[in-house]
Amino acid sequence: MTPLLQVRDLHASYGSTRVLHGLDFALEEKGVTTLLGGNGAGKTTTLRALCGMIERRGEITFAGRSIARASTEDIVRMGVAHVPDGRGTFVRLTVEENLELGAITRRDRRAIAADLERVYGYFPILQKRRSQQAGTLSGGEQQMLAIGRALMLRPRLMLLDEPSFGLAPRVVQELFAILSTLNKDEGVSLLLVEQNATVALDLADHAYLVETGRIVFSGAARDIRQNEKIRRSYLGY
Amino acid sequence: MELLLQQILAGIATGTIYACIALAIVMTYQTIGHLNFAQGEMAMFSTFLAWQLIQWGLPYWTAFALTVALSFAGGVLIERIVLRPIHNAPVLSHVAVFIGLLAILNSLAGFIWDFNVKPFPTPFGTAPLIANGFIDAHQAGMIAVTILLLAFLYGFFRFTRVGLAMRASANDPVSARLVGIRVGWMAALGWGMAAAIGAVAGMMIAPIVFLEPNMMLGVLLYGFAGAVLGGLGSPAGAVIGGLIVGVVENLAGTFIPVVGGELKFTIALAIIVAVLVMKPQGLFGRPVLHRV
Amino acid sequence: MPRLNNPRVTLAIIAVALVLPLVIQNFLTFQLTLVLVYAIAIIGLNLLTGFNGQFSLGHSAFYAIGAYVAAMLMDKADFPYAMTLPVAGIACFVFGFLFGLPALRLEGVYLALATFALAVATPQILKLSPLEHWTGGVQGIVVNKPEAPFGLPLTEDQWLYYFTLLITIVMTVLAHNLVASRTGRAMMAIRDNPIAARSMGINIALYKSLTFGVSALYTGVAGALGAIVVQFVAPDSFTFFLSISLLVGLVVGGVGWIPGAFFGGAFVLFVPNLAESFSKGLSGAVYGVMIIVLIYVLPTGAAGLTRAASRWWRAKA
Repeated sequence: MTPLLQVRDLHASYGSTRVLHGLDFALEEKGVTTLLGGNGAGKTTTLRALCGMIERRGEITFAGRSIARASTEDIVRMGVAHVPDGRGTFVRLTVEENLELGAITRRDRRAIAADLERVYGYFPILQKRRSQQAGTLSGGEQQMLAIGRALMLRPRLMLLDEPSFGLAPRVVQELFAILSTLNKDEGVSLLLVEQNATVALDLADHAYLVETGRIVFSGAARDIRQNEKIRRSYLGY
Repeated sequence: MELLLQQILAGIATGTIYACIALAIVMTYQTIGHLNFAQGEMAMFSTFLAWQLIQWGLPYWTAFALTVALSFAGGVLIERIVLRPIHNAPVLSHVAVFIGLLAILNSLAGFIWDFNVKPFPTPFGTAPLIANGFIDAHQAGMIAVTILLLAFLYGFFRFTRVGLAMRASANDPVSARLVGIRVGWMAALGWGMAAAIGAVAGMMIAPIVFLEPNMMLGVLLYGFAGAVLGGLGSPAGAVIGGLIVGVVENLAGTFIPVVGGELKFTIALAIIVAVLVMKPQGLFGRPVLHRV
Repeated sequence: MPRLNNPRVTLAIIAVALVLPLVIQNFLTFQLTLVLVYAIAIIGLNLLTGFNGQFSLGHSAFYAIGAYVAAMLMDKADFPYAMTLPVAGIACFVFGFLFGLPALRLEGVYLALATFALAVATPQILKLSPLEHWTGGVQGIVVNKPEAPFGLPLTEDQWLYYFTLLITIVMTVLAHNLVASRTGRAMMAIRDNPIAARSMGINIALYKSLTFGVSALYTGVAGALGAIVVQFVAPDSFTFFLSISLLVGLVVGGVGWIPGAFFGGAFVLFVPNLAESFSKGLSGAVYGVMIIVLIYVLPTGAAGLTRAASRWWRAKA
């Protein structure tokens, strides 16, 4: 079976600063893959390059189609939902409007309404705050909102940029439990970028280590978890 | 007292026009982050279009609707053709291009329709609204049309998906692209709507100031004053700002000798400079975050 | 930098400029004088925009102040015409500095807006009836054309041309030195990176207001010269469209390149006449198209063209 997402020799740069130097990785349908690495390794850049937010070079195929030249908007319309760095909340709009925007490219109104209820089922706090300005939410709530908004697309693939960042451990646990449910029950594939290797490796089935724009190691998440040498030298725990 | 009331009402009537122009300015500002110095000339050009259609024998309201539609299309085209190629360029380029547009539209209008002052019809008549009334029928009509326009816009932005997408694009263009919104087209749509709003304002004010290529320069200045007063980040604020400026203009014209009558533009200048210096976010806007 | 900075080229140009009025008609001499006048005004705008990164749509106001100060001094106080220039310059410096103070807090588009309002309001202020005794109201003021001094065998137009040329050369050299000085580097540092400039200890507020003042001074001197050359000032000569002309001249000549002002001045004077000869009112369209096209294809204006030409020349040599 061909993977859902296949990336070959991905290069990307900000202006004249080159950040990615030929990344190769893949993600199976319904799988959870994580990219691990420290600050400045190029993880966020990888996600941005995948969905065309920055200049990139290389081969990217999603569901059998090349998206290396597609625009961000078109990639989203193919079913790739990006939960970005900094959460990308529409701070001046209400919580419910933020969620509706997640489904703005869909036309099936009835199904959208059902999905809204489903998201509220996962994150009851969002329902409580539905008519509140999204900018007034706490960090954890905004992260839930970002994931909820991504879900409203009914995505085949979700790109998650450090969902644990800045959140209390209890909130992180809750969030990752929900991500696990989404993956297992709804079959959403996840590409997870994390600095918090412990939670990421618990959720993922495959992992890549990224360092200064290159992949330095890859393998099953289980193996990496048990490989003390890698943990020490790359993940620092 | 009666004079005061009458002047306030008349001020509100002209204020509605400033409010429309201010609203158009704010809409453009929200979508592209720049002030459109050609907004007034766009409205002027639309008004000439309407005049031409009426000259060709179309009934007023048909010409009105057609003009609004054509202006909308024109605004979209200007954004697509003229502005899209420079959307990442610095402020200087934008201001220069807007000034270029202003000069082109102004001169083209004079070229096509000459610089002679022309009367423009009103569909409401000019009789006093009620016997011994404070305002005449055209002024009342202006207020009514503006209220309808505002109600329509409110409904559009509040209850439609396109309206929501436009607000999202203005709020955070990057995130908007990440949910699949074609932000570039939202900007074009914003331009189209701003042009259409300007067209309505132009057709409403033309019976009062008469039709000529330079008719909107002063109105634009007041529109800017209104937009700045209300806050460039707030469409509702822009409307209120425009109304306030209209009332101030009228009261000053009546009650302050010389200055009110002969220095109307200077009043607008003073309002703009004072607000920008003392309260740059305007009366109703959120604080403007500066990227240095 | 373009070859125009080469002293031999400069001397050759000055030589041509000196001989020219002796061989051409008086009207053309008059027009060339106006080119120089506009060039001075455009240098002023360039100091502000090109070297300090501030924006002004209101320079028609400073030009108007300069023109009116000169005309009133000659008309009411019998000032010798040459003496009106420093007074006009100082008046505009003060006004520009004062306007620059609040404008300091305004960045980019807000400054453009405030100066736009200033330009639109100016003709109205000049028409103000209580000031009519001094300004002549809507009618404006007519001034006499100065004759050549010391019994020089020159027509009035020729003399005014040489007079203006002298002022232009002095102003250009001064602008050049200003830009090359420490002050000039501070101005450009503010343009390029305000935060870094502040951390280097540059007093941004002071430099920005001063630049605004100097820019207004240049434009005011140009206005005074313009009044003397045209022999007439009236409110409607100084509308917002004059600001547009100066902006066009700046963009055509090249933002941030001082000699570009001469190309800009020539463009502003001759192109509208050319366009008007085809149809009344067409000059605005030509201006507009010119601005937009230049912003797209040649954002560096004549400066870029000259640079490209001199590169080509050197490559050929």
